[in-house]
Amino acid sequence: MKDRTKYFAYPYVLWIIIFIVFPSFLVLLYSMTTKESNGLTTIQFTLENFKKFFNPLYINILWDSIYLAAISTVICLLLGYPAAYIISKAHLSKRNTLLFLCILPMWMNMLLRTYAWMTILGNNGIINNLLSFLGLPTFNMLYTRGATVMGMVYNFLPFMILPVYTALSKMDIGILEAADDLGANKYVKFRKIILPLSMPGVISGIIMVFMPAVSTFIIPQLLGGNKNMMIGNLIEKLFILNGDWNFGSSISIIMMIIILIAMSIMNKFDVDKEGGARLW
Amino acid sequence: MKRKLILIAAVLCIVLIALTGCSKDQTQTLSILNYDIYMDKSLLNEFELKYGVKIKYDTYSTPEEMYIKAKAGASNYDLIISSEYMIERMINEGMINKLNFDNIPNYKYIDETFKNQPYDPNNEYAVPYFWGTLGILYNKNNVDASSDSWAMLWDENHSQRIIMMDSQRDSFGAALKLLGYSMNTVDEKELDEAKELLIKQRPLIMTYITDGAPDIMVNEEADMALVWSGEAVSAMAENENLDFVIPKEGSNIWIDAMFIPATTKNQELAEKFIDFLCTTEATLRNIDEVWYSTVHTEAINEVDEELLNNPAFNIPEEDIEKMEMFRDPKEFIDLYTERWTEMTAE
Repeated sequence: MKDRTKYFAYPYVLWIIIFIVFPSFLVLLYSMTTKESNGLTTIQFTLENFKKFFNPLYINILWDSIYLAAISTVICLLLGYPAAYIISKAHLSKRNTLLFLCILPMWMNMLLRTYAWMTILGNNGIINNLLSFLGLPTFNMLYTRGATVMGMVYNFLPFMILPVYTALSKMDIGILEAADDLGANKYVKFRKIILPLSMPGVISGIIMVFMPAVSTFIIPQLLGGNKNMMIGNLIEKLFILNGDWNFGSSISIIMMIIILIAMSIMNKFDVDKEGGARLW
Repeated sequence: MKRKLILIAAVLCIVLIALTGCSKDQTQTLSILNYDIYMDKSLLNEFELKYGVKIKYDTYSTPEEMYIKAKAGASNYDLIISSEYMIERMINEGMINKLNFDNIPNYKYIDETFKNQPYDPNNEYAVPYFWGTLGILYNKNNVDASSDSWAMLWDENHSQRIIMMDSQRDSFGAALKLLGYSMNTVDEKELDEAKELLIKQRPLIMTYITDGAPDIMVNEEADMALVWSGEAVSAMAENENLDFVIPKEGSNIWIDAMFIPATTKNQELAEKFIDFLCTTEATLRNIDEVWYSTVHTEAINEVDEELLNNPAFNIPEEDIEKMEMFRDPKEFIDLYTERWTEMTAE
């Protein structure tokens, strides 16, 4: 008797073909053709779109995006790891509540949450009102690079906490008890056992935060005041305003390649080859 | 293997039918593309009930964005409302249908001043909707507007409290006028000078935004903003510390008009909708919503006295004389776009 359950995977295969493989192919095709290409008969291949990107103007935008995304990722890690550790060590009854609180903001639309930050950070916003009420000087917070980073950290923090938490909570208590028996103190235990075993979760977390952060366009637009263009803004602009889909596509392809390289480097550090807390 | 292929093909068919089958509905659909915050939406409902049709309503924020949306053809729009220079470009590119004015009897209410304009010299393609200008909305308590000049937007005393528009023609327009050039320049040197001026201005800017400036000004979070006149009227109604100035160097006069793109499948219905929007009642309700200056000869007689005294609504004749209408710079537009991208990426 043949196993027929695999047929249930076909709708998903189809889904991938229609909504992932085919669009990716189109992006690749656009990136390698000229603007004048109109249908199959007039198609003209070129590498001009990729060459155009190697202009200091665009390279700077790329570096800046990577820089801001990297800062956000580091902050997420510094905030998220202890949070995940505390949640995993919490009593079972509290643990679910803590996890729930972590996911709760994600029930609301990201755009709304980002708009809410605008009223918090604004010149006459909640924080500045509180400061002036206390007789303290007020700050320009909204529409700065700091606000952009903050928006990214706020929006993507759960993507760091969850995989790290999964890795930590799956840890074999027996190993920790063995370490205790052999006389390891708290710091040695953390450095030699807990940290290495949670690395797969950390790596998933870094990828899950870095990827959306480096390509976001709505956060720098709303919180950054459209002043510091990130690569996502450039792509959006090229598509929506300039109508240069070919150049926009080539930048998207370049971004994909960069993310792929980053992921393969990250996977080199991944000790747990069995899958563990990895998301893929 | 063959069975698998058949199965995949079957599922593919089902998905495609599910995705495309929706249009078999008998009721007609009217697909509209308009600027954000640019119509009293209850009018849409009313039209739907009156004619038993469905309306699909999409919005955009700048004419450049509209052009891409209309051109990409993802949605076959039946009616678009946009600005004169983009209409001119689309007429030149054959993207707009001629109107049958027999279906638009209310066209007679449109003020003659706004007919026979350069973007549609023979009144064949478009029906004016609203008109207005570009100027500076400022807070009287913090800003000295006596200079009456675009240079106000470059005043270092208001660093981080100035809002510019995230719209290339408008922001370039202000810079070009300050330099004493035409807003429609096709001289690369002049455009480069304007770009340098805008780059110089960047450290002073709080945010580049479209549509959001009035809210920020009403909350007094910024000192001044480059805005369209209707935005100024609505902001001034909410906060009496705000005022509006049309700089002495001259400004832009624009006309937004309704037109039917060549992609339409429902020209007659779209014409009926244009006619519906040209009624006095619909116009008055739209004025109440968008606060721009009206092109309607009857509606103007019924607006409030207060509104007529507001120079951002009832724009003074001496200012109009110095205004310039945007024209389609044809291929040169690519240079505007390029310089604008360079400016924002700097």
